[in-house]
Amino acid sequence: MEKHKLICINCPMGCHLEVTKTENGGWLVEGNQCKRGTSYAIRELTEPTRVLTSTVIIKNGFLPRLPVRTETAIPKEKIYKAMDVINKVVVEAPVKVGDVIVENILDTGINVIASRNM
Amino acid sequence: MYDVAIIGAGVAGTFIGRELSKYQLKILIVDRENDVGNETTAANSAIIHAGYDAKANGLKGKFNAPGNAMYDEICEDLDVPFKRIGSLVIGFNDTDHKTIQNLYENGLKNKVPHMRILNHDEVLEMEPHLNNTVYSALYAPTAGIISPWELAIALAENAIENGAELKLETTVTDIKKEEDSYTLITDKGDFTAKYVINCAGVHTDVINNMVAEPYFKIRPKKGNYYVLDKGIDLVNHVIFQCPTDKGKGILIAPTVHGNYLIGPDSEFVEDKDSVATEARCLEYVKETSLLSSTAIPFNKVIRSFAGLRANSDLDDFIIEEAKGAKGFINVAGFESPGLSSIPAVAHYVVELMDKIAGGLTPRADFNPKRRKVVRFNELPEEEKKQLIKENPLYGKVICRCETITEAEIIDSIHRKAGANSVKAVKKRVRPGAGRCQGGFCGPRVVEILARELGVDEKDVPYDSTDAYILTGKTKNEK
Amino acid sequence: MENYDLVVIGGGPAGLAAAIEARKNGVEKILVIERDRELGGILQQCIHNGFGLHVFNEELSGPEYAGRFITELMSMDIEYKLDTMVLDVTDDKVIHAINQQDGYITIQAKAVILSMGCRERTAGAINIPGTRPSGVFTAGTAQRFINMEGYMVGKRVVILGSGDIGLIMARRMTLEGAKVLAVVEVLPYSGGLTRNIVQCLDDFDIPLYLSHTVIDIKGNKRVEGVTIAEVDENRKPIPGTEISYDCDTLLLSVGLIPENELTAQAGAQLDPHTNGPFVNESMETSRDGIFACGNVVHVHDLVDFVTEESRRAGRGAARYIQNKLVSNGQAFKTKPLNGVSYIVPQTVRIENVEKNLDLFLRVRKVYKNVKLVIKGDDEVIKEIKKRNLAPGEMEHLTLPVNSLTGKSFEYLTIEVKEEA
Repeated sequence: MEKHKLICINCPMGCHLEVTKTENGGWLVEGNQCKRGTSYAIRELTEPTRVLTSTVIIKNGFLPRLPVRTETAIPKEKIYKAMDVINKVVVEAPVKVGDVIVENILDTGINVIASRNM
Repeated sequence: MYDVAIIGAGVAGTFIGRELSKYQLKILIVDRENDVGNETTAANSAIIHAGYDAKANGLKGKFNAPGNAMYDEICEDLDVPFKRIGSLVIGFNDTDHKTIQNLYENGLKNKVPHMRILNHDEVLEMEPHLNNTVYSALYAPTAGIISPWELAIALAENAIENGAELKLETTVTDIKKEEDSYTLITDKGDFTAKYVINCAGVHTDVINNMVAEPYFKIRPKKGNYYVLDKGIDLVNHVIFQCPTDKGKGILIAPTVHGNYLIGPDSEFVEDKDSVATEARCLEYVKETSLLSSTAIPFNKVIRSFAGLRANSDLDDFIIEEAKGAKGFINVAGFESPGLSSIPAVAHYVVELMDKIAGGLTPRADFNPKRRKVVRFNELPEEEKKQLIKENPLYGKVICRCETITEAEIIDSIHRKAGANSVKAVKKRVRPGAGRCQGGFCGPRVVEILARELGVDEKDVPYDSTDAYILTGKTKNEK
Repeated sequence: MENYDLVVIGGGPAGLAAAIEARKNGVEKILVIERDRELGGILQQCIHNGFGLHVFNEELSGPEYAGRFITELMSMDIEYKLDTMVLDVTDDKVIHAINQQDGYITIQAKAVILSMGCRERTAGAINIPGTRPSGVFTAGTAQRFINMEGYMVGKRVVILGSGDIGLIMARRMTLEGAKVLAVVEVLPYSGGLTRNIVQCLDDFDIPLYLSHTVIDIKGNKRVEGVTIAEVDENRKPIPGTEISYDCDTLLLSVGLIPENELTAQAGAQLDPHTNGPFVNESMETSRDGIFACGNVVHVHDLVDFVTEESRRAGRGAARYIQNKLVSNGQAFKTKPLNGVSYIVPQTVRIENVEKNLDLFLRVRKVYKNVKLVIKGDDEVIKEIKKRNLAPGEMEHLTLPVNSLTGKSFEYLTIEVKEEA
């Protein structure tokens, strides 16, 4: 039987999860203290995702860099490629928190947004 | 053609340079570092010794006490922090007490004023945090504490104001002896001077050997120190231990800025550029210091560092014209009490120069004073108010541990012999010298330096020019 | 001299939440004093996400989290001064401060809230042997350079200390093109949150060496290398375990220290366990009318808890100004016992507690499957089972006030009880 050990990262509890692939193709998650542990474990093993945070160049702003993040998590394997895109972006102040900085990054359907006003 | 070239801009080179700037001489001071007072001057016990310890009959005994006596005036003229707080050499047993008596006798020979031997009760009354095991002590009220690098900076500034030239980042690679002059071959070109004064600290032997017969060798001794935070009630005087056959003991010294120094140990090192601290030595410093006071709060250490003493194998200062090199003066082997002796030594070197040159002519326009340094944090409320009115940048605090304002930092950059690196700013006005060690103010100081010097932030060094702080911009921005 | 009802010193997450809460509780004239050029404090450089899960039920970045409070503060017309440094707070609540616009100002406040945050422990404080070259940064300083100023601080990096900022910076520098060679932790466990170890180290195959430390720094100008070694139980390096790295940068994430110079000037007593002031249930220090909240009191791992604690301070200050705080009646002290390193608050006057008493504590080491036992003198009030306790993760306990009323005890103690 296929077994995996994971640490849940949904909250500071950091539950140590043991995940077993069942005979009917499902997943048995143990060690979690809330439901989010189950979905985290399955997602982490099937299609891991991460929220990516970074900065982009901003012109005429209060600072030379604007902090940005992906609106929601993007596939983990696309993180470096997403950085390549983000690194080339130059925006002009003013920008408002939540403004879309990169639309639909790498066709993930997810936008990169500004994470502060500037 | 210069009249005098001084090699080394430590406290010896700058003091002699400033002393000579009282005369009608064209003076050049060169140093391989990018700031004055950056090596031995920047890492020592920062003490002006009373002079009882210096061997009588030698040059150390000759210059220490007179040098000490000259400090009030020079520090007043140059606005350098100096406090005559006195020192205690403490002993714990009969053997130590004998040493203390010997030091007292030696002090009398060196004409050290006002010394007294104190008993157990008297010592503890003066210094209640010392260990109760203390037996007796030699009290020398003339001992003082100083900021040695601020002294060198002030001396350089004043020397320049009086016409001397300072060339930093200039390494002397060779010296050509000519008929009536010397040419310094450096990485920044050649400079010819009638007379040369060798104040190159741990490298004085190398410099001497470029023009004269080798006759001494500098074998540096390294010392490790701890720096304690401010606001600690520990001791009010410089506290020495009795020298024994195991070593010279570890001192506890208040600093003029309100911290304490604990150290130094003493070990010969081969590498003349190595100022790395060692765990083993720091441990020794800690253990030995606890013999004086178990109240030392080692959890309040904000920094440790090591410095070199320019110790020579001749076991005394070497202050003379080098043999077979007329007009080439060595100021070498200038370990402790070099800092304490330098005012008297500088006068002596002027006398030597006067003889060699057949008379020096004083300058009528010599100005002994340096423009006062504003130390905002130390001023009363009314003066603070007035300063901010005159210059609002005094209202902008950059370093909060030491309450240093932007106006003070800018001034330190634009003075003669001004700051050109983060450490140079720290040496002059202390942002980064406090408990956060530059964690908060570091980026702001970089920003101010870049703006004032007209360079990019990534070209602002921490210390020497190669000590870069930033490796470039993010996002590959040019 | 100017007069304010409440002066809040520090406009980071703690000060913002405290000021807003005080206004919501009826305090009229409030001034927030911030030494930096904008409000938000250290959150403005914490561009990673994970803030706000408890307070907003969302995962926000630091600037977003701060931004929400800044917007609210501004909508309430609460006054603030930027680039303003407080030089002194007297015990009768006079604040001395300076800035460029107003010069030297003195303010009489009815109540003061201290929310100056914390600073990072430095290389000096931990006394690393070796040279003192450029290239040794605290993680927070590096974070400011990279995230706000747009400058990189190094190319090949070793990180000493596994505090959260260090872990976050391992990922951040990796994403910006640097090579993070190792994270080195002197303790046998990490000081950071588990999620940060997973997402910042494991995701990027950055090794974490527990029970290791840096024993040498090389390089006279810029860092040229560091040597690490395993340490024994007394934290002494074990010969033969050395690993050397060629690197140009050493980042330090070796702990945070509450900034309490002003607290001490104001005459408030400090707790040697937290390095912050002793506080009561309303977050009032030992000085009448001087309150404190956030990292100035004790270092938090999560900003959400700072917010909650600061709201309590804001309410406490409001009630103080309105003369509603009860200073007599049932009271007790808290006392950490076996396995617990500190408890905040240190004193409780039960009549000022609203519905629940919130207690924050840290344990001394990692525990598995233990109980936290809460007692009033010797009587057990509550036992809480814990699968996992770690010094890096602050514990938050909530006791209903009715479980405490009517009981007479001097000390409320909390201890770790291991299974027999």
